[in-house]
Amino acid sequence: MISFTGVTKRYPDGTVAVDHLDLEIAAGRITVLVGPSGCGKTTTLRMINRMVEATEGTITVDGRNVADIDPPTLRRGIGYVIQQAGLFPHRTIVDNIATVPDLLGQDKKRSRRTARELMARVGLDPALATRYPAQLSGGQQQRVGVARALAADPPILLMDEPFSAVDPIVRASLQDEFLRLQDELEKTIVFVTHDIDEAVKLGHRIAVFQVGGTLAQYSTPDELLAAPANDFVRDFLGGDKGIRRLRFTQELDAEPGAGTEAADR
Amino acid sequence: MIPLVTEGEPLVRWDWIGRNLGEIGSLLADHVLMSVVPILVGLAAALPIGLACARWRRIYPPVLGVTNALYALPAIAVFIMLIPFTGIGSRTTVMIPLALYTLSVLVPSVVDGLAAVPDHVRQSAVAIGFGPVRRLVRVELPIAVPVVMAGLRVATVSNISLVSVGALIGVGGLGDLFTDGFNRDFPTPIVVGIVLTIALALVADGLLLALQRLLTPWARAGARDARASRARLASPERTAP
Ligand SMILES: Nc1ncnc2c1ncn2[C@@H]1O[C@H](COP(=O)(O)OP(=O)(O)O)[C@@H](O)[C@H]1O
Ligand SMILES: [Mg+2]
Repeated sequence: MISFTGVTKRYPDGTVAVDHLDLEIAAGRITVLVGPSGCGKTTTLRMINRMVEATEGTITVDGRNVADIDPPTLRRGIGYVIQQAGLFPHRTIVDNIATVPDLLGQDKKRSRRTARELMARVGLDPALATRYPAQLSGGQQQRVGVARALAADPPILLMDEPFSAVDPIVRASLQDEFLRLQDELEKTIVFVTHDIDEAVKLGHRIAVFQVGGTLAQYSTPDELLAAPANDFVRDFLGGDKGIRRLRFTQELDAEPGAGTEAADR
Repeated sequence: MIPLVTEGEPLVRWDWIGRNLGEIGSLLADHVLMSVVPILVGLAAALPIGLACARWRRIYPPVLGVTNALYALPAIAVFIMLIPFTGIGSRTTVMIPLALYTLSVLVPSVVDGLAAVPDHVRQSAVAIGFGPVRRLVRVELPIAVPVVMAGLRVATVSNISLVSVGALIGVGGLGDLFTDGFNRDFPTPIVVGIVLTIALALVADGLLLALQRLLTPWARAGARDARASRARLASPERTAP
């Protein structure tokens, strides 16, 4: 579990990106941080692995204050996926995926074998293993990014708009495979998006942020859609709430079947 | 102006070349030494300076001012200024300014090379848990290699040509063939000197290019596939099989 207690981030130029945030993120589930651009989602995410240091307040991971953990050590135990994938252009796909195991000093042969298994798991043709990132499409690079984040089997995954830069068809398939993968892995995932549809599709719980870095609502998707906490949330959900709700319910209905299928494998 | 080529005298006397092969070989060896040592020294100095400039951007403009000024100094003037300290006919006299020229070319190459590392790549290296030193050595410097190599090729070719000027202060190298030919009004050594200097520059450049390809297979892989990925962008990818 990850918890934020009274966390504020004020950047050196005076911008308050996150303002007195209290948030409990459940283990083994997908928690989505959603909100318009500039509302502090990325800042919140990056305070978990200390890429951004909180100005005030405490963040704990499984009861340990992150401020007490050496940043590189902390980060090697937390997978991180970003929008442009951030792959290393000079390393092959398998080497990219095996980055964290390499940093941890694990056996190279074993980590390369694991990397190839992960490729299959995230839907990548293992024939791509010896290619370089520039030789892959955007969607494929994103899959590599996910595989790299999973390579050392970290319990936590931070994902910052990982599917935003690909076209809608690829995005939908990445989302579906991501959900299927999460059914098997049960990681603690913090997922940032500005897209409410994506939030509703992926999140077990959704934290809606508003500009100024405050939490407008924190609830399950159907609570959010049924009872928006205020006008800001209502506006953010938009006018097609009814349609979205219907689609979400259908997905819920469809889920048991998909779950069984995943479990059979 | 004294005519270099007199009536009835051939431009190249092959018998002279045959008789002086040993001497020509040792001048060539001197030339290589005097070009390569400054490259290595210049590179060794440019790396930390370039890293410092990339890290603290504020010191870069003044450093660039100094290196540009160094580069603008005429070689022969620097040689003459150094003679009282290093002695006439000393190789050091030639190699010091060449090391400075190399430095002037390579500092901006190192800074530009590091600036070419995409921000999302740097960020993801941090997020993955690279400490500052490992990030530099394993991620940032390797990505900077193509830009640094381009600077290295320029510096190498320019050094090979500038070493010849050193003959004017009697340090040897292929430039000796020019002074010898001019002094004796005999064109053969001049032609040999020119041909060997050009050949040396071409060979050195070819070797550096080969080294670059060896070090950065990924850079060419990207270029080769740029067209293919543009085509992919035009027709959206479907779910991978
Ligand atoms: N390094 C920084 N320095 C100053 N202000 C920043 C910095 N990073 C982000 N901000 C500001 O903090 C606010 C929140 O940014 P961010 O967390 O990136 O929002 P989001 O990810 O929701 O778009 C914005 O106003 C942004 O301009
Ligand atoms: Mg953001």
